[in-house]
Amino acid sequence: MSAVDMNMPILIVDDYKTMLRIIRNLLKQLGFDNVDEATDGSMALQKLRDKSYSLVISDWNMEPMSGLQLLKEVRADGQLSGLPFVMITAESKTENVVAAKQAGVTNYIVKPFNAATLKTKLSAVIGNF
Amino acid sequence: MTALAQQTELEVRLAEFGKRHPKIDPKDLIDVVEAIMTTADGDLSSVNLKLYAEIEQLAVYIQRAREEIACLRPDEITAEHLPVAGEELEAVVGATEQATNTIMESVETIEGLTDQMPREVSEQVVDAVTQVYEACGFQDITGQRIKKVVSTLTQIEEKVHALLGAFGQDGQIDAAKAKATKAEKPKEEAAPPTDADLLNGPQMAENAISQEDIDALLASFD
Repeated sequence: MSAVDMNMPILIVDDYKTMLRIIRNLLKQLGFDNVDEATDGSMALQKLRDKSYSLVISDWNMEPMSGLQLLKEVRADGQLSGLPFVMITAESKTENVVAAKQAGVTNYIVKPFNAATLKTKLSAVIGNF
Repeated sequence: MTALAQQTELEVRLAEFGKRHPKIDPKDLIDVVEAIMTTADGDLSSVNLKLYAEIEQLAVYIQRAREEIACLRPDEITAEHLPVAGEELEAVVGATEQATNTIMESVETIEGLTDQMPREVSEQVVDAVTQVYEACGFQDITGQRIKKVVSTLTQIEEKVHALLGAFGQDGQIDAAKAKATKAEKPKEEAAPPTDADLLNGPQMAENAISQEDIDALLASFD
């Protein structure tokens, strides 16, 4: 039996509404229905401070606050610092991954990705489901 | 050192030279120095002439480059071609986003119906739907790539603008344009557009006419 709470609140962050829709649908297929959306880092940070989430899945390339900046803000915030944070991004250079890791990213998914990769990475972060 | 001081020092040196070499007449020495100075003066003049010639050639070269750049009509590149290219690319992003959303809506509808399907069929449909979701990610990737291209175009535009400024093209563009236009074969006013003239590709929404407008236009020929 899965120990993972399939009703955990998840925040997905991307400035492309299509991508938000894709991630939401894929999460729904995996069994996660409690999903909120934000279209940039600032909005995401506000939502994270207003409501308790169990996981953040964020794009990197956003304005005015990027995913990396959001990650740094989360890690610097005493209330949010332990929150699992998965970066989903087209930034696939080594230097990007290193920077994200140094900033405290929990896992990193490169776009384009498929449902199987999403499931594998989420399992690594929140446990098997 | 002043000229007077220099002269005094030379006189002192000549006097000392005369003492050390009594057999040599200082007058002869003065003649030799004058001869050397005359030769050197001639050399300096020839160097200067060569330098002037080089600078003149350089000026001609720069002028020719300015004219050639003006003939390329760089003002059109910054004022027309690059902005249009940027708009076209942004339209691509908009169109693909719209199409992707339509696909997603349709697929979501199909996925919503899987509850009513036999389990085996439902699983196959869900797999296919998942693949469509995954594939729709292309819109995000292409959108980001196109954004980068638009950003590059903007940079090129700025560089061309800076180049124009550096070459002082502002006043020369019109003259060069007029020159180029003169050189072009004049088009007859009533000449019908060629196929190439008509190949404009998809239009921006604000420049396009609607199907209704087209129908009305066609009907007006009847």
